[in-house]
Amino acid sequence: MESREVDKVDRVDRVDKVNRVDMVNTVDRVDRLDKSTEKSAITDHQSPITNHQSPITNHQSPISNYLRALTAIIWKDLAAELRSRELLSAMLMFALLVILIFNFALELNVKERQNVTSGVLWVTFAFAGTLGLNRSMATEHDRGCLDGLLLAPVDRSSIYFGKMIGNLVFMFIVEAIVLPVYSLLYNTNLFHPGLLLVIVLGSVGYVAVGTLLATMAVQTRTRDILLPILLFPLVLPVVITAVKASSGFLQAVDMAEIWPSLNLLIVYDVIFVALAFMFFDYVVEE
Amino acid sequence: MITVTQLIKRFGPKTILRGLDFHVEQGEFVALLGPNGAGKTTFLRVLASLSSPTMGKVQISGYNLPQQAAAVRRRLGVVLHQPLLYGDLTAEENLRFYGRMYALDNLDTLIGETLEWVGLANRRRDLVRTFSRGMQQRLSIARAVIHDPDVILFDEPYTGLDQDASSMLDDVLRRVAAQGRTIVMTSHDLARTADLASRFDVLSRGVITASARQGEVGVDNLLAFYREAVNGK
Repeated sequence: MESREVDKVDRVDRVDKVNRVDMVNTVDRVDRLDKSTEKSAITDHQSPITNHQSPITNHQSPISNYLRALTAIIWKDLAAELRSRELLSAMLMFALLVILIFNFALELNVKERQNVTSGVLWVTFAFAGTLGLNRSMATEHDRGCLDGLLLAPVDRSSIYFGKMIGNLVFMFIVEAIVLPVYSLLYNTNLFHPGLLLVIVLGSVGYVAVGTLLATMAVQTRTRDILLPILLFPLVLPVVITAVKASSGFLQAVDMAEIWPSLNLLIVYDVIFVALAFMFFDYVVEE
Repeated sequence: MITVTQLIKRFGPKTILRGLDFHVEQGEFVALLGPNGAGKTTFLRVLASLSSPTMGKVQISGYNLPQQAAAVRRRLGVVLHQPLLYGDLTAEENLRFYGRMYALDNLDTLIGETLEWVGLANRRRDLVRTFSRGMQQRLSIARAVIHDPDVILFDEPYTGLDQDASSMLDDVLRRVAAQGRTIVMTSHDLARTADLASRFDVLSRGVITASARQGEVGVDNLLAFYREAVNGK
């Protein structure tokens, strides 16, 4: 028993000595570093921030700062995507595969094709959109950049709107490529101003709630599975209304029948954007 | 500069910080030491306004958290485990982005000077994903100081760095401290912090168990001081 305690004390002494040697080495290393500063990659340049005259421009209005932060986030997302093309290529490949699979699986005649067009289109947009939303927030989360955004002295809603508009731009790019490809494959003219309006309104609602839920889901381990599970039930009213309005325009029904769906889409957009604006702060709060 | 009174932080049923008191004067360099799981990172995230206190009072530069978080963030620079940098942007683009988030003026000049200061001026147009861990950490410090903060928080800045990169980071940290900024740095590496910090606080089981200035506890006695604070022996 006694010998075991003696061993323990010896072991602790040895660890103490090793740690002291480490500290002495550190001091020596630092001395050597001080002596050879001209060899260091870090220059002896006077820091730009020693005079304590903050470069932060407090004279700018809060709205100007808000817009500056918002545009900075959009610019950052677009610039990063332009380099990596990870998000857009994944969304596009997925969307094109979906419409190809539907094309071969359904084998429809011209009239039936027109009937299913809006459904196939919105299923394609919804699935491809989920991929994009997941990837967009994963880039922020994986390198801790979401913390970097939250550390900035800006209203957090500017972060939400910046991310939302960025995601919306990616969604529009995918839609702009999918529409002509779909027109060719299904031999259907999709370039109807009314349909384009429905696509814009539907995408806004989808991305508004999607960006909020993606921010929530990205903080969990099961983010890839969690986002569609959370998103699809919530976004179902938008998708159903958008399908109804799109069908109306494609089948050239009377505008009086389409207006209720369009109005409903606008209402959903306003509600989803307002809810996301209200809850984003709570979603990112730890 | 920083005053924390009876800070409690809970995650669900788990209490991480248990009535922590902490005070830092302007210009002090405090090394926050402690074993893994002591609550160092949680405490730093509360100071950084990334996490709200469950109870207690946190005041930085005269502003209360979380009520005046935006004012605190304006005066705060934070370097975390992760670099908070975008790999698909260049060093310059990363700083430009953060500069715009902080509404800074004269960004071109400021970015050039800051990059030169951390020794990355010649890599300004390279993508951050091509940088080594040490270079990313230096760029991370550039990101944290570009808006001229009064207080800088470092969370284990030496994690994953090799000897050369660590020595270079020592140099950068000394320069940051020499500017008279208030620094709080968490670490469990006693050897590294020994001659950098002006004060050593030990955080164990959610409270500060000991505090000593560099003159009071010599480099040789730091380990014994730490052991006593952690184990109570």
